Amino acid sequence: MTLSLTRRAALAGLGGALAMPAIRPSFAQGAPIKVGVLHSLSGTMAISETALRDTVLMMIEWANAQGGVLGRKLEPVVVDPASNWPLFAEKARELLAVSKVDVTFGCWTSVSRKSVLPVFEELNGLLFYPVQYEGEEQSKNVFYTGAAPNQQAIPAVEYLMGKDGGEAKRIVLLGTDYVYPRTTNRILRAFLISKGIPESDIMEEYTPFGHSDWQGIVSRVKTFANQGKRTAIVSTINGDANVPFYRELGNQGIKAEDIPCVAFSVGEEELAGIDTKPLVGHLAAWNYFMSVPGKPNDDFKAMWRAYIKNDKRVTNDPMEATYTGFRMWMQAVQKAGTTAVNPVRQAMYGQKVMAPCGYEEEMRPNHHLTKPVMIGEIQENGQFNIVYKTPNAIPAENWSPFIPENASRRG
Amino acid sequence: MKERAAGPLTSPPIRKMARLVLLLVLLLAAARPAAAQDAYLDALPGLAGGFGAQAEAVERLGAGGDPRALAVLRALSEGRLMKRDSTVILDGTDAATGQALDVTGADTVRINNRVRSALRGALGRLQLVSTNPDERFAAAESVFRSRSAENIPGLEAAIARETVPRVKERQELALAASRLVAPEAAARRQGIATLGGASSEDARALLLEARGANPDLAVEIDAAVASIDTRLTFKRAAETLFQGLSLGSVLLLAALGLAITFGVMGVINMAHGEFVMLGAYTTFVVQEALRGIPWLLPWSLPLSVPAAFLVAGLAGAALERGLIRHLYGRPLETLLMTFGVGMILQQAVRLAFGAQNREVISPAWMQGTLSLPGGILITQNRLWVIVFAILVLLLAIAAIRLTRFGLEMRAVVQNRRIAATMGIRTGRVDALTFAFGSGIAGMAGVALSQIDNVSPNLGTGYIIDSFMVVVFGGVGSLVGTLVGSMGLGVLNKVIEPWAGAVLAKVAVLVIIMLFIQRRPRGLFALKGRAADA
Repeated sequence: MTLSLTRRAALAGLGGALAMPAIRPSFAQGAPIKVGVLHSLSGTMAISETALRDTVLMMIEWANAQGGVLGRKLEPVVVDPASNWPLFAEKARELLAVSKVDVTFGCWTSVSRKSVLPVFEELNGLLFYPVQYEGEEQSKNVFYTGAAPNQQAIPAVEYLMGKDGGEAKRIVLLGTDYVYPRTTNRILRAFLISKGIPESDIMEEYTPFGHSDWQGIVSRVKTFANQGKRTAIVSTINGDANVPFYRELGNQGIKAEDIPCVAFSVGEEELAGIDTKPLVGHLAAWNYFMSVPGKPNDDFKAMWRAYIKNDKRVTNDPMEATYTGFRMWMQAVQKAGTTAVNPVRQAMYGQKVMAPCGYEEEMRPNHHLTKPVMIGEIQENGQFNIVYKTPNAIPAENWSPFIPENASRRG
Repeated sequence: MKERAAGPLTSPPIRKMARLVLLLVLLLAAARPAAAQDAYLDALPGLAGGFGAQAEAVERLGAGGDPRALAVLRALSEGRLMKRDSTVILDGTDAATGQALDVTGADTVRINNRVRSALRGALGRLQLVSTNPDERFAAAESVFRSRSAENIPGLEAAIARETVPRVKERQELALAASRLVAPEAAARRQGIATLGGASSEDARALLLEARGANPDLAVEIDAAVASIDTRLTFKRAAETLFQGLSLGSVLLLAALGLAITFGVMGVINMAHGEFVMLGAYTTFVVQEALRGIPWLLPWSLPLSVPAAFLVAGLAGAALERGLIRHLYGRPLETLLMTFGVGMILQQAVRLAFGAQNREVISPAWMQGTLSLPGGILITQNRLWVIVFAILVLLLAIAAIRLTRFGLEMRAVVQNRRIAATMGIRTGRVDALTFAFGSGIAGMAGVALSQIDNVSPNLGTGYIIDSFMVVVFGGVGSLVGTLVGSMGLGVLNKVIEPWAGAVLAKVAVLVIIMLFIQRRPRGLFALKGRAADA
């Protein structure tokens, strides 16, 4: 593994250099505001993160077309940490210390966020993290624009256990082996036990990143499901391992009516590489789906298609969270009148944006957004049919009440 | 009443009464479909409601037996049913009245898993009388899953009529499953006995589910479950073996090309994985190129095999002639250089095709599962990969043993200088051998496109495993590669259920390390002079 990681590391510079778009200069005065983009453009997470790089670039182009922020042009600094967690920290340091970026949008996996966190805290940088995650964190240098567990994982499991979701009594927790799935499953296990599900009715399994041979696990899930109680799968599988996983579910004939599978990291972008016909009815929980009706989402989709010049490209939840975070950062910079980290942080609290999900989201002082919860079923065309959504945007509980050590933190 | 009416009609009063009775019977007969139609019309608006109302409506439509319900339910399951307010629209007509309607502004009726599962039961019940045996089979399957005591009469009638044995077998299982929830204990007992004779996990699940509701029948249920379990033990062992062989065949495919370039030629080629990736992308390109020719499209996969062999083989030949031959005898430099080439290939593919995965479609004959006697289920795509791996292995052995090229290759490997004095152009043989090994890697890519992601980093996942297999099996031995890959595959799958996927991989690596300590030359060590060269 070390060898292939080094190889990716060497690729990073090349990828970054090639990703830089040409910028039309049209600004009179003021040094440009530098926006760091820290997303993997190669390696196992490229499938998910490349679209986020494009989203940030789209937002920069959009902001510049409106005259920039504080009359200054925005300038992207793109680096490629290549799905290599230690390299994330190196690239973060490069962005903050060498390129002197004013703000950074980046990271997908929690392990990459944990890797850059000390760097942002040491150099007092500002990171916008756009992906749902396991919570248990709150740094003054990070704004979390994705969901905490109570805004995604727990409502999804509640849905599976409810009448509409099939009244599951046995739960399989499948995940990729790193901090996000492990922590989320720890919270979910405590939650399930609080709901009266015995330990013997919970199965938990982990696989490496990029795992491709799912035969054994899927047939064990089948055996586990055939014990006379309704069973559901909760998947925290990340990255491109999802494609062979869903293919195996289809091939082994696991229908959503028998064993529904709800995923927390599978969106429209990930489904683009799969034949979705055998997967109809399997679920995903997010705070946004491309199929959300309404003007804010129509505008967002039109903006994306115009930017990417391809009508087939889809939008997804982390892209929406990137968009919302970017808009909030722009508003905060306008309010603070500067890009300096400390005033912008203060100005961020209480910022509101009408997000493409159709709800007004607010940045709370816990550095997390209020968000609606939505659950969608996969359809034949690779889109989601929204079968449940909360009436309001709900605030994040980044310190989960289901983890005993948090009692003191939650106050 | 009917019997009396059909009796001898002699006296006028009796005849009069008989006429009355006949009228009554006729009226009743006429009233029954009317009532069913009413049920149909009553249930219909529910389909335009929430998921709970939809599920209820679907169940009522399925129970009514109205012929129009079948068309509506089918349209619903295929996503063709539309609605406006509470009017349900079927193919541009009002489903209640049959009048043509304007569909602009109407929404498709969306359903969720709960409705889908009710729909499966209802459609199953309605289709039990279908004329198509496949539909009847699927219907029996649906009724089996949606089990309800109301299905019993319909199933009994269907079994009496059924002529196709496999459909009948399925229907009997469905009947047994429905009897499990019947009110009479005798029927439940009958159901338990039938299910105990089936060797499926579904039947076991049903029995366990029934156990809670029937404490009085616990003894019978336990016996039936135990009898299923004995059969399932064998089935699981067979499935584990198949999964191991399947993983082994993937390893074999990935390693076979390396067994030639590294095993025979001694070149440490870190770009081997990228040749596999090139093969997978060739499959994608061939598929896209054939999109315009629909009758050829299902054959894009077999057609990709020679194409991938050529593409990867040419890339291999270029690499050998352009770079590697200047570095013979300098393994460290070769390693670093091929490493760099691998990176360049990866990034080139990423620039040409994008970082996103490309979808290679599985032809219909590679999808789904095959069920063997004893209830053993094997997935078709994996089965084909095993067959393909064996074919490629045989091809490689044949090329080395039977052709002139193979003879020259062996001669050059054994003693380069003597071979050169015999008039063999060793440089050309080197290039061909390397191209051959790379071409096999390309063919592996065609198979891997069916089970893994076609992405630029497809190859990185296989390079370590490939070296592992070649070293474990014995450098330079194709048979060793076969035994090594299959052995590691089965070992991995046997350990996995206990240790989990992550630890199983670690355990296999530890076992290989210990093994290499004991036998540094691997399973099938080459003997004689060639081994010392």
